[in-house]
This record gives sequence, structure tokens and C-alpha cells, in this order.
Amino acid sequence: MAEPIIELRDIRKTYRMGDMESHVLQGISLSIHPGEYVCMMGPSGCGKSTMLNVLGCLDQPTSGQYFLGGLDVSKLNDDDLSQARCRNLGFIFQSYNLIQQLSVIENIQLPLYYKGVPESESRAIAENLAEQVGLSHRLYHKPNELSGGQQQRVAIARALSNDPLVILADEATGNLDSKSGNEILNIFDELNRAGKTMVFVTHDERMVQRCSRVIRLQDGLLDRDEPGARFAAASSSVAITDDSLLPTQDVC
Amino acid sequence: MFAKNPYLHLLISPQHLWRSMSLGAKSLWLHKLRSLLTALGVVFGVASVVAMLAIGEGASHEAQEQIRKLGSQNIILESVKPTDSSGPVGQSRSFVIEYGLNSKDIKQILQTIPGISIVVPSRIISEVLWVEEKNLEGSIIGALTIYPQMRNRTLIAGRFFNDLEQDNRSPVCVINQSAASRLFPLSTPTGKTIRVRGTYYRVIGVIEDEGQRATTESVSQGGGKSGGSGSLAQMIIPFATLMDNFGDTFFRFRSGSFDAEKVEFHEAIIRVGKVEDVVSRAEAVKHLLGRNHPREDYRVTVPIELLRQAERTKRIFSIVLGSIAAISLLVGGIGIMNIMLASVTERTREIGIRRALGAKQSDIVLQFLIETVLLAGAGGVLGVIMGLGIPLAISHFAGVTTVIKAWAPALAFSVSVFTGIAFGIYPAMRAAKMNPVEALRHE
Ligand SMILES: Nc1ncnc2c1ncn2[C@@H]1O[C@H](COP(=O)(O)OP(=O)(O)O)[C@@H](O)[C@H]1O
Ligand SMILES: [Mg+2]
Repeated sequence: MAEPIIELRDIRKTYRMGDMESHVLQGISLSIHPGEYVCMMGPSGCGKSTMLNVLGCLDQPTSGQYFLGGLDVSKLNDDDLSQARCRNLGFIFQSYNLIQQLSVIENIQLPLYYKGVPESESRAIAENLAEQVGLSHRLYHKPNELSGGQQQRVAIARALSNDPLVILADEATGNLDSKSGNEILNIFDELNRAGKTMVFVTHDERMVQRCSRVIRLQDGLLDRDEPGARFAAASSSVAITDDSLLPTQDVC
Repeated sequence: MFAKNPYLHLLISPQHLWRSMSLGAKSLWLHKLRSLLTALGVVFGVASVVAMLAIGEGASHEAQEQIRKLGSQNIILESVKPTDSSGPVGQSRSFVIEYGLNSKDIKQILQTIPGISIVVPSRIISEVLWVEEKNLEGSIIGALTIYPQMRNRTLIAGRFFNDLEQDNRSPVCVINQSAASRLFPLSTPTGKTIRVRGTYYRVIGVIEDEGQRATTESVSQGGGKSGGSGSLAQMIIPFATLMDNFGDTFFRFRSGSFDAEKVEFHEAIIRVGKVEDVVSRAEAVKHLLGRNHPREDYRVTVPIELLRQAERTKRIFSIVLGSIAAISLLVGGIGIMNIMLASVTERTREIGIRRALGAKQSDIVLQFLIETVLLAGAGGVLGVIMGLGIPLAISHFAGVTTVIKAWAPALAFSVSVFTGIAFGIYPAMRAAKMNPVEALRHE
């Protein structure tokens, strides 16, 4: 098997509030390989977001080692973590988190701006991605002029712009109605087919049906780690037609 | 992979900076009214500094110019009618009041005080000047040929009288600009004649108006030396001609009663050889005159002392102005800092997003700093425009001289940019120091 993209060794995260200590992650070890589509599940408060923050280099673990693309990031300083984020990671959030004063195209370009990609190059990349998520005709709109599904598609394009090793998402479909949620899920499927590695925190059963691996956390520990539904029931009708993979063209 | 840091050169690359600036301008533009109100403190601070500098510079320029015209090597003596001379004093029981500088003073000064090259006395009397039916109250100055050099007064047309004319007691005159413009409003004065007490004087030249002794406390006899075009009309004739035609006693009606004054010299200009000697020689002259004239019917003006006084005044003015400028920019800066801190809190989530997408702390600092500097710089530009407009308007409507030195707006603008940096750094640091995870959770 290929080198893992993500490798966690006994990751622990402890929050201290005065005398109180809360052990949110209590020793998690796992590997994620290229092309995996991982859903992270578990009851509220079990540490999913904390885990994702560690994976996303937004937060440092209290102890343990985290290798991202072969490099130990658990000891990096703030600047190097920023660099790790803008080179290797793509983020998708539940509430889209687009920057309101920037247009669609500028939002998509933002990671490239911090990566230092020249404007002309970054613009070409962003236009191409906007087209892939079906938003070529909305390049100069502000986020608040778009529907929730459209905003999340901008966020996906933004997460892809720096060609990251892993795309991380926390409840990416949580704010969407089922129709736009489906559109987003279709895009994820297509991305995964194109070889993208994705780690998503979710409660969405539809996503569980489509992913390749489900990790369940319980009280800061790895509870279960099993193949996704499409592998568990390989014969069942998870087969997806090519049409449904394409992002539906926006009509509004 | 993370070893080398590609940001260092990007931070200072013009393209990156330009993009950061246009993004910063966009955020400011998003809150137009707030940005404008925030910048107003700096606008008014800079405007007041530029305007006050221009007005102050203009005032001191005018004063210094006038003093310089009096001649930095000169000591100017004037006869002053003593205040207690309304009634007969001491030996003088006649109705003719005798006072002022005389040839004895001049002789003593030349003989006893070293380093004095020349003393040029002149007589000044008030008379009515006639050109055909037009007439004008003015003063007639009896002077020597050296008068223009001594008083730093340049001829605008024609020439000054020469030694020959002086020796011949010729009836020629040189008039000042304000006399020329009022007596000959439509024609060239040179070659025309002016009549005074039945004698005709040929105009041979026009001299510029006198530098006003604005800093001397009172006004010399002969009347109002008001500013600008209101300068007193003057007619300068050879000293000997004046003595011939008007004698040494001057009669006039004053509030119904007949009044006569006898003054030998109304004015005398002493030229000191070296500038650095002027002050000490002036002391000696004062001492000498003090002995000769217990009634204090004279006045000594030392232009170089006035100049130094004016320079001191200007320095004090600059200090006061500097303090006002500093305070107003401080207030402006605090205003900016206040709004930027509010803006940082308001944009916590945005900061979190940017950090998640790879912005380093220095990127966030740069972003907020660029915004404050843009704000302060725009305020500075507006302030400079306003500050240049105010003195221009004042010059135009109030006729006051204002001088805009090129460095003044440049300095005010740089200080406003510096204010932006100084007061922007703290909010920017605060934004950058935020924990990305908490910033992202912020509502
Ligand atoms: N900054 C923090 N300080 C203290 N406790 C925290 C902090 N962040 C998260 N926690 C705690 O860690 C636990 C896990 O939180 P989280 O990872 O957000 O759970 P989940 O996303 O699975 O719902 C919760 O009990 C939460 O209160
Ligand atoms: Mg959570």
C-alpha cells in the first residue's frame, strides 16, 4: 500500500480550564491513505471537531505525533503550520465561511494568494474550478447574493484551489436542504473518483452511504473503524450514474 | 517541504503589496461612512497643520520682508513729538514746538562712535500734492541721493535724483507707487509735474512703497501707515530743495488752532560697517541721544533686532503649532485605533477563515496595517487638499499673505501615514494573535 497521507500516533488533546482538565482526545492512532473518502462520526461532544482541527493544523495536539505527507507537523511553529495549511489542506465548513466583501472568484483565489501564486496563474485556476462547480456565471457576485448550495460550491472550489493533499470538512451538508445537499455530495463523489483524499465530519447518512471508510469516535477514543457502505455492501445498488455525478447547472 | 520560507520576498514584492492594498481598500469601501468618519480626525488634524503653517509662514514672511527692507546694517533714528509738548516747556515759550534730531546729534554720532560709515538724515513734512485738479495728502521727504540704497528701496520706473540735481536744488521728485497710482492712475508719471505750495516738481522716477515698520509699537508722525495699497503717498525731493522751499519750521492747522513745529531732521539712517556691530553701536547711539535729549523726543529702531525678535516669535509659533499638530494627530490616531479595534472584533471570523486558508500572523498584521495606513493616508491626502484650500481662500478673500512651503504638506502627509502605522500596529497584532480555532467559532 502507498505511503499514508495522514498518520496519527497516539494523539491526545487535553484542555485545561483552571483546575479542571478535560481529556478530549485520549490517544488516537490511525492512518489515512491517498484516495480515501473518510467519514468521521460520533455523538456530539466526542471530539470530532477537535480531531479535525488537529488534522487541519489549526490546533496542536497536547501529545502524540501527526505526520502529514510524511512530515511531522505536531511540533511546527505557527508560521509553518500556516504554510502547511495553505499548501496541503483544503477546508470546507458547515456555514460556508466565505469572506463577504470578496467576490466569488476572489474567495476561490484566497488560498493561492496566501500561497504566493501569481495573480494571472491563480485566476486561471480559480476560473477553471468555478466552472467545475458550475458557477462560471457567478464569478463577480458577492457570497450573500448566492444560495446556500451555491455558497458551499464556492467553498469547495476554494478548498480545491491550492490542490491540497487532503480536503477536510465539518458538517459540509449540515446547513443545506436535501436537494442542494445531494448536489454537494455528488461533487464529493466525483472528487473522490478523481483521486482526492477527503476526511469529513458528518451526521449525514447519505454521505455514509457514499464514503469508503467510516471512523466512529466515542469519548475521545477510536470506537470503530470500518469500510463505508459502498464497500460493506459492494453488490448493493450504490452504483451511481455518471450523470448524477456532474454538478447540476445552476438555474436561479 | 516547510524549510524554506517563500513569504519573505512575497511580503515585499510590489505585486503582493498591491493586491493587499486593493483588498484593504475594498474592506474600507465596504464601510464607506465609517471609514470617512474614522479618517476625519486625521483630515482635520492635517488640514489645520497645513493651513496654520501657511498662514504663520505668510505672516512671518511678510514681517521679515518688511524688516529686511529697513536694512540689516541700519540703525534708524526718528524724531518723535514729545508727549508733554502741548504746552510751553521750560525755555520754550513760543508757539513753535522745537524737538527731535539735529545736526549736533549727527555730528557727535559720526565723531564718537566707531564703525559707522554714514549717517543720512532726511526731513519729512506733510503736504497736499496737486496734479491739475487732483490732490492728495502725502509726505514730502527731503533726502540725499544715497536714500534708495540706504532704505533698500528699488526704483520701479525712471531714476532717482543725482548729485547734480541735489547741488542745484532742482525741483525734481521721485514718488512712491501709491502716490503714482493715485495721482496718475491712467498715465505714466515720469515727466509729469506735481504742484506743492505753488512750486512745480518734475517726476523723474517711481519708487516702491516703503517696508512698513509693522513691529514698531507706534506710528511715526505724518500719519497712518496702513497696509497694502493704503500706503501713504510719498514724494521724495533733494534735501536742499526741501530746505529751500519749506524752511525748517513746519506750520499746520490742527483742530482749529494754528500750530507750528520746528524739526531739523525727522529721520536719520545710520549705516554700520559690519552687521555684527549693529547691536552694540545702536546701544552707543541710544546712550548718546539719551544724554542730548532728556525729553525723549526721538526713537531708535534697529531692524536687525526686530528681525531677531521676529525669528524668535516664529520659533515660538512653530513650537505651539507643532504641539497642536501633535495633539490633533494623536486624537486622530486614537480615533483610528478605536475603530480598528472594533473592526478586528467584528471581523474575528474573517480572521479565522483567512488563517485556516493559510494566512500567517504576519499576513493578518499586514492586512490590518494596510487598512489603517490607507485610512490615515487617505485622511492625510484629504487634509492636505483642505489645508491648501484654506490659506488660498484666506489669501483671496482676506488679502492676507500665506506662504505654502513644499515641505509642509509633504511632512503633514508623512506624519499622517506614520500615525496610521503607530496606531494600527496594536489592533493588527491583536488580530494576528487570535487563536484560529476560536476565531472560526466566533459568531
Ligand atoms: N477550547 C476548548 N476549551 C475547553 N474545552 C473544549 C475546547 N474545545 C472543545 N472543548 C471540549 O471538548 C469536547 C469535544 O468538543 P468537540 O471536538 O467540538 O466535539 P464534537 O465536534 O464532536 O461535537 C467538548 O466537551 C468541548 O466542551
Ligand atoms: Mg463539532
